[in-house]
Amino acid sequence: MSSHATTAEGEAPQFYELVPHHHAPHGSTQIGFWIYLMSDCLIFASLFAIYGVLGGNFAAGPSPEHLFNLQLVAVSTGALLLSSITYGFAMLDMDEGKKTGTLVWLVITGLLGAVFLGLTLYEFYHMIHEGAVPQRSAFLSAFFVLVGTHALHVTFGILWLVTLLVQIGAKGLIPANKIRVQCLSMFWHFLDVIWIGVFTVVYLMGMLR
Amino acid sequence: MSAHTSTDTLASGTHAHPNPDAHGDGHDHGTRRTYLIGFALSVILTAIPFWLVMGDVIADTTIATLVIMGFGVVQIFVHMVYFLHMNTKSEGGWTMMAAIFTIIIIVIALSGSLWVMFHLNTNMMPGHIMNPADLI
Repeated sequence: MSSHATTAEGEAPQFYELVPHHHAPHGSTQIGFWIYLMSDCLIFASLFAIYGVLGGNFAAGPSPEHLFNLQLVAVSTGALLLSSITYGFAMLDMDEGKKTGTLVWLVITGLLGAVFLGLTLYEFYHMIHEGAVPQRSAFLSAFFVLVGTHALHVTFGILWLVTLLVQIGAKGLIPANKIRVQCLSMFWHFLDVIWIGVFTVVYLMGMLR
Repeated sequence: MSAHTSTDTLASGTHAHPNPDAHGDGHDHGTRRTYLIGFALSVILTAIPFWLVMGDVIADTTIATLVIMGFGVVQIFVHMVYFLHMNTKSEGGWTMMAAIFTIIIIVIALSGSLWVMFHLNTNMMPGHIMNPADLI
């Protein structure tokens, strides 16, 4: 019936494309990467939910005020915040086509990320040394999974950043590299957003509990 | 190429990019000024909650917790706007759509988990089991 209706006029409009639609080479990369980030966000949401449920179950073990050093957390938060704006400066230099400026700002961003990672690993080492291991209590299991997953993301972010430094050094600011820098920018700022949740819920609220 | 031109113009008719290949994504990348504003805001929004906790400024822990959470939420939005350059127009609005969907799922997952598990903890207290034989 429906085919009758469309052909009845004789000059029915065609709703399909005769010529295959041509997309830009990286036209859908950014939205695809954004959707990956949103799904990553759901992983962190479930880890936050676990921490919210189990964060008070100390099993007579150490509690946040015995373990956390807020000065240390403040320094690592500062490093991550600073790395967000240095990455922003790398993006601005990339838009202006300044290869050296982009590389320098990316190196500074990577170093700040390494400072953050070093402080997190130092904290983990310190806690494990004191016997606050993941298997000690539900609170510590939830803590190590949540903060550890974030630290793992930062680790892969730094690996990606080093890879990009090599690629930009070898090929320059070609369109493919620009897309990669933009995707890592989203990833990096996304990790910063997750860290806001971590220091608010785990460290600051943990000290108040 | 001339056959392509007409469909391409139709497909990207709303884009007013003088040079579409420069970015190829329709994203706003911000300026040095917006990055600096975002950074200043996030430093302030981080420093205040740290000061509130480290200096024991608010005696009531419930109020202090709510205030700190409020600062966290505001800072997340500052980062989304100034660093992730989120707006309703990029990628034809799909970036915002995906984000709103994610936020809804997160709110359901977090509030649901906390609510259910809070009541579970309360109801599993030994005093609430009137007759242990009923559990079997």
